[in-house]
Amino acid sequence: MIRFNNVSKQYSTKDGGLTAVNDVNIEINDGEIFGIVGYSGAGKSTLVRMLDGLEAPSTGEIDINGTDVAKLHGSQLRKQRQKIGMIFQHFNLLWSRTVLDNIALPLEIAKVPKAKRKQRAEELIKLVGLQGREHSYPSELSGGQKQRVGIARALANEPTILISDEATSALDPDTTNEVLDLLLKINKEMNLTILLITHEMHAIAKACERVAVMDSGQVVETGSVFEVFRHPQKEITKKFVSEEFTPQQSDNTMTLEELVKKYPDGQIIRLVFHGPQAELPIVSDVVKRFPDLTISIISGAIHQTQEGALGSLDLQLVGDDSQINEALEYLKKLRVGTEVIHHG
Amino acid sequence: MANTTGFKSYFQFHNVDWGAMMSATWETVWMTLLSMVAIVILGIILGLILYETRNKSGIGFRILNWIVGLFVNIFRSIPFIILIILLLPITMKLAGTIIGPRAALPSLIISAAPFYARMVESYFREVDSGVLEAAESMGATTWGIITKVLLPESKPALIAGATVTTISLIGYTAMAGAIGAGGLGNLAYQDGFQASNNTVTLVATVIICLFVFIVQFVGDVFVKITDKRTL
Repeated sequence: MIRFNNVSKQYSTKDGGLTAVNDVNIEINDGEIFGIVGYSGAGKSTLVRMLDGLEAPSTGEIDINGTDVAKLHGSQLRKQRQKIGMIFQHFNLLWSRTVLDNIALPLEIAKVPKAKRKQRAEELIKLVGLQGREHSYPSELSGGQKQRVGIARALANEPTILISDEATSALDPDTTNEVLDLLLKINKEMNLTILLITHEMHAIAKACERVAVMDSGQVVETGSVFEVFRHPQKEITKKFVSEEFTPQQSDNTMTLEELVKKYPDGQIIRLVFHGPQAELPIVSDVVKRFPDLTISIISGAIHQTQEGALGSLDLQLVGDDSQINEALEYLKKLRVGTEVIHHG
Repeated sequence: MANTTGFKSYFQFHNVDWGAMMSATWETVWMTLLSMVAIVILGIILGLILYETRNKSGIGFRILNWIVGLFVNIFRSIPFIILIILLLPITMKLAGTIIGPRAALPSLIISAAPFYARMVESYFREVDSGVLEAAESMGATTWGIITKVLLPESKPALIAGATVTTISLIGYTAMAGAIGAGGLGNLAYQDGFQASNNTVTLVATVIICLFVFIVQFVGDVFVKITDKRTL
C-alpha cells in the first residue's frame, strides 16, 4: 500500500515560492495499476520523485508499506529505492552497455553475484520478449525495444512497485499499446503495483483501474477509470476524457467552434455509454420514438478499458426544443450519459 | 664540411647520427607516454572533484571546488617555458636533477593535468542526466554512479581528450628539450640548430610529426571502438 498523506512540495525560486505539489492525498492498493494524469507542470513528476526519495516533501508523509520514505537516509534509502523500479520517457539506458548489461546494472548495484546476475537478466529478456538481442547496444534498438529493456531493467531487483514516468509518451500508438500490454502482463504475473504517470488518457483507459487527475499541483479528481470516463466532474477531466473520445486526435480534431460552424442548427449532444448499453439499439429507438427529429451522427468512438467497453457518440439533433428535451429525458432514462455540447 | 645554407642543407643525410636520433626518439616517446599516464589519472581525479563539488550546497564542497578550481586555473595559465623555470627547485627535489627526460616529467604533468581536468569536467557534464537519475533511482551510491555510469558513458570523450592532450604534450616535450630535457627537441636544437646541421632538424621534425600522426590514429581507433552511440 502506498499512501500520500497531505503531501506538499514547495520550491524557492528567484521570483518567490513555487508550489509544485499541493496537499496531495492518494492511496494506492497493492497489485493495482493506478494512473496519475495531468498536463506537463501539473506536479506528477515531482510526486513520483518524492516517492523514490529523489526529493523530500516539504510537508506531509509518503508511506510505502509502513515506511515513511521521507525519513530514510543513506543506505536505508538506497535499499528502499531498489524495491521500486522506474521506467522513463527517454528510456535512460546506458548506451555503453549491451541489453544484457543494462538489465544487469541494478543487480550490480545491489551486489548480486555475477552468475546470478546473468541468469536473472536472461529470464527478464525472455519476459519482455527480447531474445536474440541480448548483445545489441541500445542504439541498435527501436523505441519500443528500448522501453522493453527499460522495463526488464526496472524489474531486475524484483521490486514491489513499478513507476512508469511518461514511459509511452515518446512512442508511436502501436508501440504504446505493446508496452501497455506488457505492463498489464507483468502486473498480473508478478502481482506488481504499477503507478502510471502520463498525460495521455489513452494509456490510462487501457491499463489502469483507478486514476487521479492532477492540475496545478493538486489532485482534482480520483476514482475508477470507468467512472471518471463516464462522469467526469472537473473541467480538466472533461478535457482529458474528450481528447480521448475525439477520434483521430492528431490532425483531425474539430474544436467546438468548428463543430458549431459545420452544424449550426439544433443541438449537439454527446452520449457516453458502456458495455451492455452499447449493444442496445439506442439511436434507432430514439429515431423511432421522435420521428420529427432529424438526427445526424457527427462522430463516435469506442474504447476498451479494464472494466469493459466505453463508447461515445456525438449527435446533432434538429427539431422542436420540446421534442429534443423529451429525447434527452428518454436517453437519461436509459442511463446513457448525456451532455449537451452546444445549444443552437 | 657540410653545406650549411640553402635548400640542399636539409638533405645531407650522411651528417645524421642515427644512433643519437634513435635514442632521442625513444626519450621523447617515453617522456610523453609516462607523463600521459600520470596526466590522465590526475586529470580524471581533478575533473571528478570539480564535477562532483559543482553546485553542491555544503560548505566543504564549495571550498574544495574553489581550491581545485584555483589550482587548475593558475597552472593552466602559466606558459610552459616559464613553468619549467618556476618549478626547477621542485624538480630538483623530486627527480634529483634538472637535466634530462626525468627532470621534464614534473613540469609536463603539472602543466597538462589541469588542462585535461577541465576537459574531463565538461565531458562528465555532458553525460545524460536522465541516465544518472536512473542509476540513482536504482539505489546506486555516488561511487557506484561514478564507476558504473559516469566513466563508462564518457569513455570515448575521455579518450579523444587524452589524444588532444598527448599531442600538445609532444609539443611541450620538444620545448622542454630545448632547455636540456633531452629527446628530439633537444637534438633538433643542439645537434641541428647550434651545429648548423639542418638535416638533423628536419629528420627530428619528421619523426615528431610521425609520432603525432600515430597518436592521433590510435586515439581515433579507440574512440571508434568504445563509442556505441552510433552503429
